[in-house]
Amino acid sequence: MSHESSLTEISYVEAINQALFSAMETSEDVFCYGLGIDDPGRIFATTKGLVEKFPERVFDMPTAENAMTGIGIGAAIAGMRPVMVHQRLDFFLLALDQLINNAAKWNYMFNGQRPVPLTIRLLIGRGWGQGPTHAQNLQALFAHIPGLKVLMPSTPQDAKSMLLESVFDNNPVIFLEHRWLHNQQGVVAQGNVKQHPDYLPIDKARVVNTGNDITIIAMSYLTIESMAAVTGLNEQGITVELVDLRTVKPIDWQTIYSSVEKTGRVLVLDSGATSGSIAGDIITQIVENKFSFLKCAPQRLAMPDIPEPTSYELTKNYYFGAKEIAEKVHKMVKNELAVDLYQDLVRSGHHDVPGTYFKGPF
Amino acid sequence: MSKLIENSVHCLTILKKLYLIRDLEEGIAAKYSEGKMRCPTHLSIGQEGAPAALSTLLSHQDLAVSTHRAHAHYLAKGGCPKAMLAEIYGKATGCSGGRGGSMHLIDESVGFKGSTAIVGNTIPIGVGLALSQKMRKQSNVTIVYLGDGAVEEGAFYESANFAVLQQLPVIFVCENNLYSVYTSLDKRQPKDRKIHELAQAIGLNSFSGDGNDVVSNYDIFHHAVDQTRQGKGPCFIELSTYRWREHCGPNYDNNIGYRSEDEFIAWQKKEPISRFENWLLENNLVSRSEMKSLRAEVNDLITQAFTFADKSPFPEQSTLTQHIYCETSHES
Repeated sequence: MSHESSLTEISYVEAINQALFSAMETSEDVFCYGLGIDDPGRIFATTKGLVEKFPERVFDMPTAENAMTGIGIGAAIAGMRPVMVHQRLDFFLLALDQLINNAAKWNYMFNGQRPVPLTIRLLIGRGWGQGPTHAQNLQALFAHIPGLKVLMPSTPQDAKSMLLESVFDNNPVIFLEHRWLHNQQGVVAQGNVKQHPDYLPIDKARVVNTGNDITIIAMSYLTIESMAAVTGLNEQGITVELVDLRTVKPIDWQTIYSSVEKTGRVLVLDSGATSGSIAGDIITQIVENKFSFLKCAPQRLAMPDIPEPTSYELTKNYYFGAKEIAEKVHKMVKNELAVDLYQDLVRSGHHDVPGTYFKGPF
Repeated sequence: MSKLIENSVHCLTILKKLYLIRDLEEGIAAKYSEGKMRCPTHLSIGQEGAPAALSTLLSHQDLAVSTHRAHAHYLAKGGCPKAMLAEIYGKATGCSGGRGGSMHLIDESVGFKGSTAIVGNTIPIGVGLALSQKMRKQSNVTIVYLGDGAVEEGAFYESANFAVLQQLPVIFVCENNLYSVYTSLDKRQPKDRKIHELAQAIGLNSFSGDGNDVVSNYDIFHHAVDQTRQGKGPCFIELSTYRWREHCGPNYDNNIGYRSEDEFIAWQKKEPISRFENWLLENNLVSRSEMKSLRAEVNDLITQAFTFADKSPFPEQSTLTQHIYCETSHES
């Protein structure tokens, strides 16, 4: 394989697709499976062309999430590197026995004799009436389990490099893809993924934007909303240090602490429900370890402790975005309410789609 | 006429495994009250027959996974007795370094890939091992040990379905001992539905037999392993047997009300080791004195294993946080 590298603008979907091709070319131990992996939709095109290139290592599966996860674990402890995919995270909940009791524990409970190099891609839905059981952001649930790595890349470059590193990591990795990121475009290294100015290994958070007044810690799609908020806040004279977690387990505490020491203010965003969230844990750690640096109480913006409803009307104010983030930051930094300052940050068009290109159904 | 009669090496191997499993388990039962084996422990006494018979037909490249009641499976596969006892004693020299206990046994050097505590939980693991064997075009097989309770789990159906779909080299060995903890089979499964028929209906090549009859078990296993090795698809073998002691722990529990003394006595009459010994004697394959010296030899090993476990050091406190993640990577 060439180690020369070029940078090309592609979508998040194409980045995932390139990572899968690259992983399978690199090692014959890699195989990919999941319900619909070779169907006409090809997991939103992320597995396009894969079965044609690797017919013996790409296969569809029975609707049997728990056993198929265990089968992946069994293959992994035989030295293979399975990559499983589910079109919605919510279905994978049927597999928690295999994930929690086996994948997460095998290396520890057998004293480091046998790691489990298994990657599980889970797609998180949002909008277009995905509703209570097609839109859950359960990263905190996975992060709660010792032994798992939980990744939430937000850019195409990260999607590619982090998926590749997941496949060749010797630990079970939950790789969370937010559907609203799939159409994001970005410059991605071709060839060697490390030959990109923004390359970081999976265990590092990224400082997306440097600033002095406040630190925003974001994950996955919320990084995109935060970038819009940062621009709006800049116009109001507020400079934001934006940290994209990239990996929510284990967390890169050093990058977080360095930023909080500098800004003294922190807003943590979370796409999951507020109670028991990653955001809550990050704030706890900051308060426990960096209290003396804080100029005001740390805050979080996470989802309400309410399932996502389906109705177009009921979801209008369910999610928060760039405007809500900016208003929250404004209040924290200036200690005043931002009346109508950030209206421009509200995305135009229907609230339940990521852009006009999105026509559903899922 | 059993194939076993032609193989005196296998006869002796089986007999030795039977003695090893029975006497080591009795040793655990005798010493459990000392309070040094501080973990849930599920003894295999009464259920030694099938794993001992099967063990002779497998190589170390053939794999096996098992359940909470794994001692017999581990020992039959060739797992190290010292490392098993040290594990139950929670010692650093244990097969899982003291992190797993009785329910998490492993000896990869002989192909015993692991046992776990959750019912039905290693069934898909074994099928995944078989998937890797098929993908790598190996001629080895994987044994999945399970009990009658595990076939009630969705994981069994899901795994069996995939094994049949992909024609994987896996053999499910179901020891039907009639109880899931204290709950009898008739409270858990319809009376007229046989487990091996259920397996047959899923598409597995299905067999059944008296799990306490080592000789007939050997023939069933011989056929099943042979078929599966040749790529003729996965097998399921239901073997009736009986757990002599309580579900978890060293004691008899015929007095607590969920099963009867009469039932126990009836099963005791079908005890696998003496039945096998009698068959060996009738066929002039092994003499009484050979049996006696073999058993003495095994008991020396067991004594050494208990001493080893007792004298071994506990793991260092500092190792508590090791191995949460595997720190090496594919590229390094």
